[in-house]
Amino acid sequence: MSSDEPAGGLSLAWRATLRRDLVLRLRRPGEVLNPLAFFALVITLFPLGLSPSASLLATIAPGLLWVAALLAALLSLDGMFRDDAEDGSLEQLLLSPQPLPALAMAKVAAHWLLTGLPLALMAPLLGVMLSLPAGSYGVLALSLALGSASLSLIGAIGAALTVGVPRGGVLLSLLVLPLYIPVLIFGVGAVQAAAQGDGVAAHLAILGALLAAGLTLAPFAIAAALRIGLNG
Amino acid sequence: MSLRLQARRLACERDDRWLFHDLDLEIRAGEILRVEGPNGSGKTTLLKILAGQPMEHAGEVLWNGTPLRRSRSDFLANLLYLGHAPGVKAALTPLENLAWYQALAGEPGDEASRLGALERIGLAGFEDLPAAQLSAGQQRRVALARLELTPRLLWVLDEPFTAIDRQGVAALEARLEAHAERGGGVLVTTHHELRASSGLRRLTLGEGGGGVER
Repeated sequence: MSSDEPAGGLSLAWRATLRRDLVLRLRRPGEVLNPLAFFALVITLFPLGLSPSASLLATIAPGLLWVAALLAALLSLDGMFRDDAEDGSLEQLLLSPQPLPALAMAKVAAHWLLTGLPLALMAPLLGVMLSLPAGSYGVLALSLALGSASLSLIGAIGAALTVGVPRGGVLLSLLVLPLYIPVLIFGVGAVQAAAQGDGVAAHLAILGALLAAGLTLAPFAIAAALRIGLNG
Repeated sequence: MSLRLQARRLACERDDRWLFHDLDLEIRAGEILRVEGPNGSGKTTLLKILAGQPMEHAGEVLWNGTPLRRSRSDFLANLLYLGHAPGVKAALTPLENLAWYQALAGEPGDEASRLGALERIGLAGFEDLPAAQLSAGQQRRVALARLELTPRLLWVLDEPFTAIDRQGVAALEARLEAHAERGGGVLVTTHHELRASSGLRRLTLGEGGGGVER
């Protein structure tokens, strides 16, 4: 019975939490596939609803792809902490001797790996459907990968704040959508610039900066939000 | 390793009603403190406050004489809390559930120790079934296996006897007594009558008042 934790305690707990969340999500494949199916459906409907004209679709494709991916990511946020709160494992996470911001990041990482990353990988395929100009596919995937990581981080703050609110889905959307706007603007900007053959470095750099800011600040905001969300 | 958890002038209000106020209590090594009271008298809330969970309250909780917010990491490294919800993931097997809890406590652990803990708690043969397929009592036992697995000084247990069968209750009671005898401390809420033992004390929470210690 000692109070000293082994030095590797945090990395051990971090990896175990990441693995656990990945396993949990993969055992309910429906939840992993839901945002992807939503993304694909929305994008499939646009050529049918608007016009099959390649030139029209190509001009709106960057915005459409990004907005649809953003909403798909938003759909997946609600369950991020709610399941854990309901079965009591969230309070165990809070009472772990390991720092909560770090453990919360493991949960965010699991969310991004099975939501944001698949969305980014799938986007080029859907880009073909919208006649996205050649040469912008790589930038589309990269901007979505970078941007969706920020979306997961920001979304986790909202999900943590609304964890105690029954059916807090709408509230969660209202909370995080305003914060998603900068990511959307620069994400779409990068893809548009690539489609027009302009330089994309500036847009991607700002997306990277947003992600860096998110990575440093969000863990503490998520931890504080979890403490508020679980109070009462 | 010393164990002294104190609460001073603890008060908690819910919906304009005092759950308890001016509550002083203390747990030392070798003691079992049973918190009792009717439904809604604030037992779970008191336990959450004493376990350092985020919960609006007045008053102070001290761990070994230091306020909890300053001794938090030392306190958490000595605490094992089992809440009202067992904290068992339905999609994971008992072994996977325990592996996560061990890692969360900072211990690598090994499969043999987890299997041993599950066997001692009466879950031999159920190690690899998803917890969703286990009964409520068996799920509670998965959570209780953590008592076997992770040595901690202070146990804070919220209704640990819920859904446990008669043999299981007797075994758990013996386990609590053994923990107290080894120098640990136990804080427990239950509607089940505990056997009288040397370290057992009771705290009754009542309608809107302070606690009465017997």
